[in-house]
Amino acid sequence: MKKYWHVINVGIQNNLTYRFNFLARTLFGLIPLVAILYVWQAIYFGKSQGSEVGTYTLPQMISYYLIVTIVDALTAVNEDDWQIAADIKDGNISQFLLKPIDYLIYRLCLFLSGRITYLAVAAIPLALFILVLRQYLVLPPDWPTVGLFLVSVLLTALLQFFTSYAMALLAFWVLEVSTFIFILFAFEYIASGHMFPLDILPNRLAQALFFTPFPYQMYFPVGIYMGKISGPALARGLLVQAGWVAAAYILARFMWHRGIRKYSAVGG
Amino acid sequence: MNNSNPSRRLYSGARRYFRIYAALWKNSVAREMSFKTNFLMWIVVELLWFGLQLSFIGVLYLHTDHIGTWTKWQVVMLIGASHLIQQIFQAFFLINCTNLSELVRTGKLDFLLLLPVNTRFVVSLRQVDLGAFVNALGALGVMIYAACQLNLVPTFLQVMGFLVLCLAGVLIHYSLMFLLASISFWTVRAQGIVWGYYNLFQIARMPDEAFRGLFKAFFTFAIPMLLVSNVPVRLLVNKFSVRYLFLLLAMSVVCFVVSEFGWRASVKRYTSASS
Repeated sequence: MKKYWHVINVGIQNNLTYRFNFLARTLFGLIPLVAILYVWQAIYFGKSQGSEVGTYTLPQMISYYLIVTIVDALTAVNEDDWQIAADIKDGNISQFLLKPIDYLIYRLCLFLSGRITYLAVAAIPLALFILVLRQYLVLPPDWPTVGLFLVSVLLTALLQFFTSYAMALLAFWVLEVSTFIFILFAFEYIASGHMFPLDILPNRLAQALFFTPFPYQMYFPVGIYMGKISGPALARGLLVQAGWVAAAYILARFMWHRGIRKYSAVGG
Repeated sequence: MNNSNPSRRLYSGARRYFRIYAALWKNSVAREMSFKTNFLMWIVVELLWFGLQLSFIGVLYLHTDHIGTWTKWQVVMLIGASHLIQQIFQAFFLINCTNLSELVRTGKLDFLLLLPVNTRFVVSLRQVDLGAFVNALGALGVMIYAACQLNLVPTFLQVMGFLVLCLAGVLIHYSLMFLLASISFWTVRAQGIVWGYYNLFQIARMPDEAFRGLFKAFFTFAIPMLLVSNVPVRLLVNKFSVRYLFLLLAMSVVCFVVSEFGWRASVKRYTSASS
């Protein structure tokens, strides 16, 4: 177990050299966020006082995007998928076949250290930003909800990581995985609730989306926080989310197993 | 003897640069065609993201029928125009701007500095992204469809004006991106900043009337993202005033001049990489 602590430790130190990049990413990322909030504000101002979009008032809508930003900072896969694909392409994974280290757990540790460093850098600008908008921030209904929200965020992080990991393993079979990664990311971006809350979609469409893993990569934890998902729906949702995590984990393990057979360590 | 006449010299200079550029094009075509699948896949990726932007607008307009005075199909037109400008910028300049930090980091810039041509010219135009032209056509298609929905029949003058304003928009994207890329002379880890520019594209496709206060002023007069595609579309959908036209043209010149100063100051700092 101790060796993986070292991985996390080294990972954090490596990531710290990119702190300037992380800061730039956070600050630049706030610009489109502010823009979308302005657009929503214009939409609400064009309506009569106190009207709602779906079930959202203006403060709730703004809160939704703020919570999305926080969950994203906690769970988004940053460079991990590119690095995994590069490791395979350059033959770097050969060494992991010889060492008593599990590559998936090794990458999970690096993902964790990446998130810790990112949060350390992004926390201050994000906190300031939320402080400025605090009058709009809606708080979760009660403490148990906060706990369930955090559980769901953890599952979201794992789901994000395992799907990205499995996607990057395509590098065993194809030369250039970046297009695949971008295509998956596009679907994830719109169908996970990154761009807008999924429950403002027509009912049928929103329900159909819940048969895919995408809502569990963003909308679900945010929905818990906002109190939009509660009671039996929440319990059932957490189970489904855990199920998707397990499925993505099995897929990742399976692909590794098959990929290794095909792997020929080019240039390794 | 043929160097005595300044206009002739200008002409032969232009012809020389044109021939260099033609050679660069030939190279790019050869490069793209050696990875055909990849070439097609990138077109699919861009199409998908374009579709995503359009669906976002579709969802917004399920819940309202106007943002400021902008109606649904006017905003579709705006997204189309913004994509068109972005793709043209991408076709000519984007890869070259992102590659600049790599040229500095590896010291390959030495080679380009020694060539008997304007360095900014080669650095900016070395590669052409052919897929972006295909996506520009897609954007144009969406714009035409939106124009039909709006029953717009633009006059010849409007179309010409639109194209000129689009070019000004491309010039702004290029100048700002090149300026950002020049930062890599100061810090090697500039790639993050360069990719950060992608976030600015997202503002360019939003209707300007949604914005107020400091944000609007900043993205109009400091980083003129709110002019780049809003002004050309305003000309087409009859929301136009001459003030905007001059503002966009003036800002594009200002951006270009600033980027030239930035570039010159940056190159002075260049010390090559130890090899």
